[in-house]
Amino acid sequence: MKKERVLVQCTVNGKEVAEYVDPGESLLEMLRNRLGLTSVKKGCEVGECGACTVIVDGETIDSCIYLAVWAEGRNIRTLEGLEKNGELTRIQEAFIEEGAVQCGFCTPGFIMSATVLLEKGEVLTREAIKKQMSGNLCRCTGYQNIVNAVEKVMKENADQK
Amino acid sequence: MIGKSVPRVDAYEKVTGRAKFTDDMVPPGCLVAKVYHAAIGNGIVKSIDTSEAEALEGVVKVVTFKDVPDHCYPTPGHPWSVEPAHQDVADRNILTGRIRYYGDDIAAVVAEDERTAVRALKLIKVEYEEYPVEIHPRKSMYGSHPPIHFDKKDNVLNRTNFFIGNVDEGLEQSDTVVKRSYKTSMVQHCHLENPVSFAYMEKDRIVVVTSTQIPHIVRRVIGQALGIPWGRVRVIKPYIGGGFGNKQDVLYEPLNAFLTMQVGGRPVKLELTREETFCNTRTRHAIEYDLTAGVDKEGRLLAKDMEAYSNQGAYASHGHAIAANGLTAWRLQYACPNIRGEAYTIYTNTPVGGAMRAYGIPEAAFAIECFMDDIAAEIHMDPLEFRRKNLIRGYYEDAYLKPIAANSNGIFQCLEKGAEYIRWEEKRKEYAAQTGNIRRGVGVALFCYKTGVWPISLEIAGARMSLNQDGSVQLQLGATEIGQGADTVFTQMAAETLHLEMKDIHIVTVQDTDVTPFDTGAYASRQSFITGTAVKQCAEQLRDKILAYAKTLLPKEETRELSLDHGWILAGDEEAISLGALAQECYYSLTNSSVITAEVSTQVKKNTIATGCCFAEVEVDLKLGQIKILHIINVHDSGRLLNPQLAEMQVHGGMSMGMGYGLSEQLILDEKTGRPLNGNLLDYKLMTALDTPDMEAEFVELNDPVGPYGNKALGEPPAIPGAPAIRNAVLHATGVAFNEIPLTPQRLIKAFTEAGLIGKEGEQHV
Repeated sequence: MKKERVLVQCTVNGKEVAEYVDPGESLLEMLRNRLGLTSVKKGCEVGECGACTVIVDGETIDSCIYLAVWAEGRNIRTLEGLEKNGELTRIQEAFIEEGAVQCGFCTPGFIMSATVLLEKGEVLTREAIKKQMSGNLCRCTGYQNIVNAVEKVMKENADQK
Repeated sequence: MIGKSVPRVDAYEKVTGRAKFTDDMVPPGCLVAKVYHAAIGNGIVKSIDTSEAEALEGVVKVVTFKDVPDHCYPTPGHPWSVEPAHQDVADRNILTGRIRYYGDDIAAVVAEDERTAVRALKLIKVEYEEYPVEIHPRKSMYGSHPPIHFDKKDNVLNRTNFFIGNVDEGLEQSDTVVKRSYKTSMVQHCHLENPVSFAYMEKDRIVVVTSTQIPHIVRRVIGQALGIPWGRVRVIKPYIGGGFGNKQDVLYEPLNAFLTMQVGGRPVKLELTREETFCNTRTRHAIEYDLTAGVDKEGRLLAKDMEAYSNQGAYASHGHAIAANGLTAWRLQYACPNIRGEAYTIYTNTPVGGAMRAYGIPEAAFAIECFMDDIAAEIHMDPLEFRRKNLIRGYYEDAYLKPIAANSNGIFQCLEKGAEYIRWEEKRKEYAAQTGNIRRGVGVALFCYKTGVWPISLEIAGARMSLNQDGSVQLQLGATEIGQGADTVFTQMAAETLHLEMKDIHIVTVQDTDVTPFDTGAYASRQSFITGTAVKQCAEQLRDKILAYAKTLLPKEETRELSLDHGWILAGDEEAISLGALAQECYYSLTNSSVITAEVSTQVKKNTIATGCCFAEVEVDLKLGQIKILHIINVHDSGRLLNPQLAEMQVHGGMSMGMGYGLSEQLILDEKTGRPLNGNLLDYKLMTALDTPDMEAEFVELNDPVGPYGNKALGEPPAIPGAPAIRNAVLHATGVAFNEIPLTPQRLIKAFTEAGLIGKEGEQHV
């Protein structure tokens, strides 16, 4: 049985990428297994936990339930693309400062969700931040310091305007 | 360094996605294994046909229960015992034809890729002979035909009891006797990373890279399971995505090791799905408690009696140790002259109970702390006053296990802080006589928790340090970082004792049983206490060796006392030689080179009791059956805090878990098969950010005289008091005493209807 392969061309973390993938392959599998982007974590494979959150054309998606072929022509960002030569984004720094990291397995997904939230530039209440972040599960932190980190950077951004 | 909120040493790796977890390290071309699980809850495999699966292109190997070693092995993450009477129950085979629960492991497929492996599973044909399924321990304990395990005819894995004084006489002398029953539910750890390992062979040795809390124990159990010398097994533990006790058990590592041997040592990965994690790993035991107590007119406990029935599920795992730990808790904290306790752990046809954060104490504390409120209500006493009246102040020790003692005891200060935050006196009065659909209440629950497992089991930890050429120090431990911040506090400890900066201590985060010192791993809130003792001793040894070497470099007439200070060797209070210069000498001196290293293997024969409480204020919507937590605080006496920010983080996570335990989490099983009905993260309701109220974490910092840096248990205790505190707050709000968790809307509506608080169609009566 010859395996069917489909060419996907897209942008990943600012670089043009062309990969032959299985038609049933998830974006998660393509990013992890073919491109070595292991910050994209696998927690449930059915879009419930958010550990595999990446940014596609400016929106967060669960890459485990997003087919790799759908990425054709799209702009994809993973956690690996945030840091520039050792310089962290503010939300990455805030995760460290606020103690929002424990085992670290959910962290990449949370930072990607937070990144989109902050890039939208809205100033949200704490409750609204919690609602926006509730697609990502964490068992270590009780979410408190994660919400603190997002709130802190959101406030900084608002103050700079 | 101790007591400072320094950032985690692994935070940068984790916020950049560079931290490598097991699945991030799988070698290219690694084969993939999948397990064939039973589709019945009790019975035997009459026949199995794997021929079609084997014929599928891309399938490398199919193994069944007929191919694995026929001896049984134990799985729990306990230190091994050299005394046969204290060895763990060995009741598992790597694969089995005797099905004891829905999902039991019958066969496994190894294929070139995951899709092929999954396809091959569907081609395996199995015929079963079915036996009746029993998921309730109090029915299963009267035996079944055949028994779940042949050597336990009545399905009772173990039963233990104890007596202090004479409970019957105590009850007779009492002015009020109260009897209640309580029930906790089966819940799951829900660490975000599913159990995963990959195994391969190097020459005739087996290497298993795995997401575990206990690499050295995994090594031993793989050796036992395969019947090979333990030295032929090498276990590597990278960063792990949470464990909470589930990974304090040897899960699929023995199967994975077996599979690589079947394919000539090629690398094989075995990763569980989330559904498998729910069904096929471990759970927190569901336990039923029958409690009786007698009090005098002043509200003093005169006698108390506990009977506990713990649902073990299909295999022993940690087994009776969980229920027995609850019995120990029954003896501690509250003064009472006559105490009796008895616990049964019973095999049933359900997923297996194992270790989960706080090891039987959240279960027992739910019963005990609900009971304390119910007794107080019976004698019309404020529940906080009732507890204060019966709490032991200051030092106390367990009546049976002497080294278990409250060497420091801050419970009264904890209660004071918590009561002040929640405004106890004021709110107890304010909410005393409410009407209407929305009602509020405040509740409290306490706990105490041992630090480590001595004297029930062995406590041993190893540490190794070496002085690098630049005067920095390499630190290597067998203890594991599992998200709790162990690597950070160990680094702080080494820096503290060696008078160095955090940046001067390089901790090796990966454990590799070929090279890391022996340590039993992360459980029992033991590491900062037990391994902490080893780190301190090791650092002292390194310091002494450095100072002895310094003496050889200094003039003979130098007689002042030498000490270490921020990278310098001081003679008196004068800088004599830098540590960097000394290090260069010890590596490269042509006359006197000898690299300075230190290594200890430390047995700790001490234990100390941590304590604390939770206060919660809730708002209950009677018609909706909904509980909203308005305020919640945990106050902990965990001795001196090693790192206040990390401590607070641990408390937040535990409180979240406690709220889930009390409000929404339950692995629901099908009565007929024992199959989990909600074994996924959508239907199993763990707390999301939106469900979680803002939490308050407070501490009473007493310097514990036994802890190496004044510290005692903190990792697990935060998960204990939340559920009973919420339940007691609901009791205060509504007058309805719930005796079973979780407090789901369905349970609330039913109870409020029965209590006449709401009508059948949600009509409000009162």
